[in-house]
Amino acid sequence: MFSSETLDKFAREVAKYPADQKQSAVMACLAHAQEEKGWLPAEAIEAVANYLGMPPIAAYEVASFYNMYDLKPLGKYKITVCTNLPCALSGGYHAGEYLQQKLGIGYNETTADGKFTLKEGECMGACGDAPVFIVNNRSMCSHMHPEQIDKLLEECK
Amino acid sequence: MLEIEIDGKKAQVPDGSTVMDAAQQLGVYIPHFCYHKKLSIAANCRMCLVQVEKAPKPLPACATPVTNGMKVFTHSDLAVKAQKGVMEFLLINHPLDCPVCDQGGECQLQDMSVGYGPMKSRYTEEKHVVFHKDVGPLISMQEMSRCIHCTRCVRFGQEIAGVMELGMANRNMHSEIMTFVGRTVDSELSGNMIDLCPVGALTSKPFRYTARSWELQRRKSVSPHDSVGANLVVQVKHDNVMRVLPRENEAVNECWISDKERFAYQALNSEARLTRPMVKQGGEWREVEWNVALDYVAHGLKDVAREHGGDAVAALAAQSSTVEELYLLGKVMKGLGSGNVDFRPRQADFGTDFKRAGTPWLGMRLADIKDLDAALVVGSFLRKDHPLIAQRLRQAAKKFTKVSMLSVTADDQLINLHASLSVAPSQLVFALAGVVKAAALAKGLAVPDGLEAVAVCETAQRIATSLLAGEKRAVFLGNVATQSADATQLHLLALELGRLTGASVGFLGEGANTVGAHLAWALPNGANARQMFAQPRKAYVLMGVEPEFDCANPQQALAALKQAALVVYMSAFKHDPALEYADVMLPIAPYTETSGTFVSTEGRIQSFNGVVKARGETRPAWKILRVLGNVLNFAGFDYQSSEEIRDAVLGQSGEFASGLSNDLGGLVLAMPAQPAAGLQRIADVPIHFADPMARRAPALQQTADARPPALRASAGTLAALGLAAGGQARVRQGDGVAVLDVQQDDNVPADCVRVAAAHPTTAQLGEMFGEITVERA
Amino acid sequence: MAMMGAINPVLMAGLNGDDGWRLKDYVARGGYEQLKRILQTGLTQEDVIGEVKKSVLRGRGGAGFPTGLKWSFMPRSFPGDKYVVCNTDEGEPGTFKDRDIMRYNPHAVIEGMIIAGFAMGASRGYNYVHGEIWEIYKRFEEALDEARAAGFLGQNILGTSFGFELFAHHGYGAYICGEETALLESIEGKKGQPRFKPPFPASFGLYGKPTTINNTETFASIPFILKMGGEEFLNLGKPNNGGTKLFSVSGHVNRPGNYEIPLGTSFAQLLEMCGGMRGGRKLKAVIPGGSSAPVLPADVIMDCTMDYDSISKAGSMLGSGAVIVMDETVCMVKALERLSFFYHEESCGQCTPCREGTAWMYKVVHRIENGLGKPEDLDLLNSVLGNIAGRTICALGDAAAFPVQSFIKHFRGEFEHHIDHKTCLVPKDVQWAGSGFHKIPA
Ligand SMILES: Cc1cc2nc3c(=O)[nH]c(=O)nc-3n(C[C@H](O)[C@H](O)[C@H](O)COP(=O)(O)O)c2cc1C
Ligand code: SF4
Ligand code: FES
Repeated sequence: MFSSETLDKFAREVAKYPADQKQSAVMACLAHAQEEKGWLPAEAIEAVANYLGMPPIAAYEVASFYNMYDLKPLGKYKITVCTNLPCALSGGYHAGEYLQQKLGIGYNETTADGKFTLKEGECMGACGDAPVFIVNNRSMCSHMHPEQIDKLLEECK
Repeated sequence: MLEIEIDGKKAQVPDGSTVMDAAQQLGVYIPHFCYHKKLSIAANCRMCLVQVEKAPKPLPACATPVTNGMKVFTHSDLAVKAQKGVMEFLLINHPLDCPVCDQGGECQLQDMSVGYGPMKSRYTEEKHVVFHKDVGPLISMQEMSRCIHCTRCVRFGQEIAGVMELGMANRNMHSEIMTFVGRTVDSELSGNMIDLCPVGALTSKPFRYTARSWELQRRKSVSPHDSVGANLVVQVKHDNVMRVLPRENEAVNECWISDKERFAYQALNSEARLTRPMVKQGGEWREVEWNVALDYVAHGLKDVAREHGGDAVAALAAQSSTVEELYLLGKVMKGLGSGNVDFRPRQADFGTDFKRAGTPWLGMRLADIKDLDAALVVGSFLRKDHPLIAQRLRQAAKKFTKVSMLSVTADDQLINLHASLSVAPSQLVFALAGVVKAAALAKGLAVPDGLEAVAVCETAQRIATSLLAGEKRAVFLGNVATQSADATQLHLLALELGRLTGASVGFLGEGANTVGAHLAWALPNGANARQMFAQPRKAYVLMGVEPEFDCANPQQALAALKQAALVVYMSAFKHDPALEYADVMLPIAPYTETSGTFVSTEGRIQSFNGVVKARGETRPAWKILRVLGNVLNFAGFDYQSSEEIRDAVLGQSGEFASGLSNDLGGLVLAMPAQPAAGLQRIADVPIHFADPMARRAPALQQTADARPPALRASAGTLAALGLAAGGQARVRQGDGVAVLDVQQDDNVPADCVRVAAAHPTTAQLGEMFGEITVERA
Repeated sequence: MAMMGAINPVLMAGLNGDDGWRLKDYVARGGYEQLKRILQTGLTQEDVIGEVKKSVLRGRGGAGFPTGLKWSFMPRSFPGDKYVVCNTDEGEPGTFKDRDIMRYNPHAVIEGMIIAGFAMGASRGYNYVHGEIWEIYKRFEEALDEARAAGFLGQNILGTSFGFELFAHHGYGAYICGEETALLESIEGKKGQPRFKPPFPASFGLYGKPTTINNTETFASIPFILKMGGEEFLNLGKPNNGGTKLFSVSGHVNRPGNYEIPLGTSFAQLLEMCGGMRGGRKLKAVIPGGSSAPVLPADVIMDCTMDYDSISKAGSMLGSGAVIVMDETVCMVKALERLSFFYHEESCGQCTPCREGTAWMYKVVHRIENGLGKPEDLDLLNSVLGNIAGRTICALGDAAAFPVQSFIKHFRGEFEHHIDHKTCLVPKDVQWAGSGFHKIPA
């Protein structure tokens, strides 16, 4: 199911917790699993659950509770735009609209070439740098005004 | 103790009590949904908000610990306003479909919303809709918009059933109860979630839309399905059993029943019922009047007895027969001059007959399981054979009880086990001997004679040590131990272990009335359940048994029945195979249509009444046997009621039977010779194939537990046999053959294959725990 | 640049952007000296807690609970495992200070947690890091590796019998995990659903063991408090409001960002440090402590000093120190709609009033914003929020109720205008001009 690299990561996460608390690593393992697969198909969730010795539905509860897990396939680049109030006051909505226009899709949609998926996100804890995006759950982009957005889309190959 | 005052009423409650506990003690009702006395506290519904003196906010009674001198108001303005507020929230997204809801009339939400007065909804937004789910044949999750997210069902799975199959996925108002990607709910206790659901979200699939709750009459009964004697409420409409629910009895079943007990009733109203006496004449079956049938039986039996002697007649009864039925059956046989009567069709070793000091039983009360410091279960498919005892041990293990298993498969009992050892059936006796020896060594006592050569493994030591510590310990012998070819030695070893450790020794009990059958003396003076087939007789009476499924060696039983001159078949159900070897079929009443008595494995005497009129020409078996005795002109058959018979058998016993004892006299410990190496069969009796009712309950037959038996063996054994999982294998015992799917199951010990009994595909095979040959098919 | 500005900085003093976060830099700034002093001069647990008490450090996560007092609740003689947990989940809209602390001064957090572990006899800690700041989480793990390699973490720290293990656990997008018991559930590998209290974490916390949870900034302050002494730290601020604090200023100011200033500094001064209002527009309202704090109109906030007591007296909360500044171009209905959506979206879903009530409130505000409001809606909202506040398992219910309550209280006219006229009181072109969040006209 998972590459040996991912399995190594699993093992490193499990080691953070007391021996009888393997389930604690579920969030991290699901995140690694998603990184490898691009999203979280049910089989991946079940495999993580089995790896940690927890019921699959308990792992599914976790995967469906936290926003950054993707339970449906999505584009190569997931761009999450913060539109919460502090960002909105500094152009968060505008940035989102600009992105939508450029990509020709709305939120929760994927471009026809399968490259981009747009999501609306809640406060990312970087309101001073508004507007902010997160690409693929990993890299935070600050001050996303139109020129910056153009540059970002350029870089996403 | 803490003092508390609720609505002006004072009470003393133990430390650690919640306001809800105190209110229940005082008889003050506080509305609630998520709170359930058997489940952990979630405090999520917020219905139980009450005012507590000095607290600025209303507090949930279910989760608020009592402090000394606390004053609580459940009806103050603050409390009522809070409760009404919660009620409003619960209703805004709840469909207003009470008239068509299956829960209508027994819905806590409906009751409470009525109690809080008619409220014109201030909510004008669109209602949230939740998609329905299919979770199998028993529970309907068709209207999940009704769910109020109390999570009782989720907690039940995690805490009581021991397996989390339902969860609450997503978050915020999109929270939804579901299984993992459309899986079914497979726990053998799953139906209890239907009872726990306070609204109409989880409902009974078989019951849905068959009746409205107010049309139902509620009658008390007792479960015929296992040795616990679960107390039931049978709900009846127009002489049909519509639904079976648990009747709370903390000492017996608490508030639970197994799915088998809940859904087997479907068989009662079905076409599968035998409703008229039938006689085979000239190879043709004919429906006849009772007097004709009974004349035929009486003459037939009398003729055989006269011509061939009483010993040519034998009778075999099911363990779910009542005390009254078993007693009269024994009496009829005695009148015929036969001592060949038995109720233990699955037993292989009868070495303890005539050596028992009393009636074998659990050795303790069910309710005391929670207080055990340690328990050892020997030879059992515990969860499936005894779901409610497994449940009690599961709860006990969560607290402090060290529960160990010594059995023939490592099936997950969903119990946090202290130690577990699984061995081939023939090795069970050596494994138990190892524990006995370990106990002797640990205590510095002499190793019992005969056990000198027995090996002691680490697990055996661990088990022995656990049984030596603490105050209350128990050793339980399960069905596999009872049915083992080494049953006598296992029994002796258990007694020895009890003697060495101070643990009580007992039997989990094969059937609903195993103890009662002993007490009714339906035991052989002559041929036992095995001998009566091994040395074929001329005539047989079968009461409630389906020999293909219920006998230790169905092959042998069938051969004997087929050669017999007369087979009298008493059953509540049509049983096609019997059409071939039986000569008379007598429709006898199932537990819902007769009065009678079961004595549970803890010795509890529970009498019950019929709850519906007997179907068609069906008659209670005790009445049939009484008439038979009369027709045969035997003395002592003039009982007017089942109570009279019961009193004749049990005396005025009260709540528990007397004469219970597992002690043996005149037997010595002697290890059998190590069997020649060979492939051994392990036969479980799958829970929904275990009795004639369950076998005919359509919903139960669609569950995961009712999948047709496969050949299951460990990876190593499969490789050695040249079998591959997913393929098929031909198994053979004697001249019986079955072709089965092959499954890898590493819980099966090496050199064993698990091939379940009690199913048409395996009915032609032989000994449940005997040798077996396997080849690729 | 680490900070947009500061007055008497403590936590962020001497920081030089991304360059100064490594162990060697922290040590050069005097880092880990306090841990050494404690372990090598034989300071007792009481000594450490006493110093923290003296500083009147109040929890920086939102509730402002005195940290020394919280630490003294831990059963110190408890024999089994005990835990110290750091809350870097920072999800409260407007708050972005912990990210910068972790980015520029991670070892201060680590040293603070080790000292906390020592003071409360805990041998294991976790730092729960907001999932959205993945890069910072990775950096923190690197910092942990450095600390481990240097012998500040692990068994027998600095050759003493004291041992402490510390790990990072990342979130993955759930605001509620900032609530301390939800956070514990999340570390346990479950949904982040808050627990009913009592029992409190000090007696039943992570894995059921005694646990203390503090905010990142709280822990990061500890080494500095020990260094300068509790009293001096207290004197940096004002009585009952010890020390400096980071304020995350966002919205309509010229220079949004983090500012470390003494508690008790006036709001006017803070606004000035931020370069004043963007475009020179008029201040309309400020949410002074993160989005769940009640909003204050301009005239009220202009009279406040930035400390727990002053803001509380003005009818709001200092909370996490997130200052959301709104100018005259903001439609308050639209602003509330966005916040109400947030709380409804982030409700964990377990308890009835919050799950149902937040969704209901959002739907009503949404209706009003879209011109479908009814005259009775404002009373309805007040009644619904009254049925949520104080009736839920955790404080998210309150957090969702306060904005609705305060927006309606202070800006009722705008809501009524929306209901009566199906449109904003603030003209659309004014909103567009002010980088509001209405759609830009084509
Ligand atoms: C809904 C909710 C969200 C919270 N979010 C955070 C958070 O992101 N960061 C934080 O430090 N505290 C947060 N808190 C407060 C914590 O529950 C807790 O009080 C705090 O971490 C304690 O640390 P302190 O005493 O150092 O402030 C939140 C509380 C609630 C009710
Ligand atoms: S108040 Fe909201 S977030 Fe808190 S426990 Fe209740 S449902 Fe969850
Ligand atoms: S019964 Fe108390 S909160 Fe549900």
